[in-house]
Amino acid sequence: MSFPWAKEYTPGNPLTQWVDERLPLPRLVYNAIGAGYPVPRNLNYFWNFGILAGLCLVLQIVTGIVMAMHYAANTAVAFDTVEMTVRDVNWGWLFRYAHANGASAFFVVIYLHIFRGFYYGSYKAPREMVWLLGVVIFLLMMATAFMGYVLPWGQMSYWGAKVITGLFGAIPFVGEPLQQWLLGGFAPDNAALNRFFSLHYLLPFVIVGVVILHIWALHIPGSSNPTGVEVKTQSDTVPFYPYFVAKDGWATGLFLVLFTIMLFYLPNQLGHPDNYIPANPMSTPAHIVPEWYFWPFYAILRAFTSNFFFIPAKLMGVLAMFGAILVWFFLPWLDKSPVRSGNYRPLYRKFFWFGLIPTMAVLFYCGGAPAAEPYVMLSQLAALYYFAHFLIVIPIVSAIEKPLPLPYSITESVLGKDDGAQLAPVSPDAGIAPAPAA
Amino acid sequence: MAETEGVRRRDFINIAAVSAAGVAGIGVVVPLVSQMSASADVLASSSTEVDISAIQPGQAIKAVFRKQPVFVRNLTAHEIDEANKVDVASLRDPQTLKERTKEGKENWLITMGVCTHLGCVPLGAGEGETKGEFGGYFCPCHGSTYDTAARIRKGPAPKNLEVPAYEFSSDTVVKIG
Repeated sequence: MSFPWAKEYTPGNPLTQWVDERLPLPRLVYNAIGAGYPVPRNLNYFWNFGILAGLCLVLQIVTGIVMAMHYAANTAVAFDTVEMTVRDVNWGWLFRYAHANGASAFFVVIYLHIFRGFYYGSYKAPREMVWLLGVVIFLLMMATAFMGYVLPWGQMSYWGAKVITGLFGAIPFVGEPLQQWLLGGFAPDNAALNRFFSLHYLLPFVIVGVVILHIWALHIPGSSNPTGVEVKTQSDTVPFYPYFVAKDGWATGLFLVLFTIMLFYLPNQLGHPDNYIPANPMSTPAHIVPEWYFWPFYAILRAFTSNFFFIPAKLMGVLAMFGAILVWFFLPWLDKSPVRSGNYRPLYRKFFWFGLIPTMAVLFYCGGAPAAEPYVMLSQLAALYYFAHFLIVIPIVSAIEKPLPLPYSITESVLGKDDGAQLAPVSPDAGIAPAPAA
Repeated sequence: MAETEGVRRRDFINIAAVSAAGVAGIGVVVPLVSQMSASADVLASSSTEVDISAIQPGQAIKAVFRKQPVFVRNLTAHEIDEANKVDVASLRDPQTLKERTKEGKENWLITMGVCTHLGCVPLGAGEGETKGEFGGYFCPCHGSTYDTAARIRKGPAPKNLEVPAYEFSSDTVVKIG
């Protein structure tokens, strides 16, 4: 679906016409990311992170395929093949560090993309499916990143694998057999390394598939925008090409400047020195930490230190960690406010900036800190608020909040009372109440 | 063949075809799932023999069993007393030292060196490593603390360090597994 004023694809020459009649792929691209896709004219920079996430995915797949050409998934040589890629393979250092830092860049971009969704209510009707697919992509990304970190078979690789697969051991009755099945043994070893490599190569292509569904679902209602008011007329939109292609190009340039600074000047800044020690099943590093992008969820895992009624602390931590992301699946139904954008929700905005954001910052910090006081207590308080925010605060706020008046249209929000703007219809029966289109 | 009563020929073929496809589907899933379990060579190397003759009282060694560390510890008389003084009912995973060792060999504490929380190797078996506040083992990952009978006393671990199946082949050799 698209808006009635969307430009139609017209083949320019007999060859493209011949192709269009047999396989309308150029038409699909034209309508998806070309001039045939009308986009709200008021998108701000937070709307650039979808494209940047797509760019990161391509970057990871390309650099990853190169890494796989020089890697051997065998515990005897895996560590050495990665080091030899860096030292001996032509440009190997570039691909290795681009892949490792690319994972971090991907998560930076995706966290900002999710942040946009939270603040501007992008998850609300009619875009629930876009949001649900996005959460699926995030879960797939986490699984892929975790398995990728195991492949160099350093100390953090090994012990990360041991701790995370140990989580499955917490499940009652089936936990231990399940853990052995996942690992193909009693502890991470050759069998586990091989299957992690296989899946690490597979999952990015699964992500590509879900991304296509994500974009497909987005194009049914079209992009949301900072006001949260739906598109009403042609003057509310501009074509994706050239307007947002140009803007996304500019954002891509900025992103690449920051990314290449990390890549060329600080390639190991986000890594952990212990991962340059080959895996040793006999000795645990003093301070096991996952990669930075898992810290908030790792903090929630560690926040549970005593039994919760009849549920053991370990199982409770595992349930909470997975629950922290699964709760996002219910967000479109927990937040009942018909107003999407945080700009027009004074109470929601307060809880967002002074509740959720500091909570995430605390969880983030504590996840990378040692398992000692005061970090344990801070994680517990933050984890408590985290769940309360989604399960209690959001439903209550959305019920009692009095939203600010919304602009009649996107055009009005951009141009105000400009004479050229198409404002509220003059006819009184057209319904001028500035209610959100739900 | 326009039958109107009983099982029609088409219904029969339909049910038979779907059933056959279902059975074939299960036949495909079973090997797909089963191939991920521990393979025969992994299972074959699942026992190990340890020479304990050189371990003095108060010392411990780390042996390898199923690619994981196992702690063999020669307890001192003081450590045995310490373990026996504890009120068993007050423990998270109630067990006496006697239940965790072999008859007549109470000084030999043999446990997996795998924290029951998330599988890290606790400290306390190696020379100069901290034994934690209860004199047994201390896991650096999330702070689980074990006593001189390797029982969980503090921290997130739910169970005592696991005692693997083992037997004394002689006074100086232990066969684990």
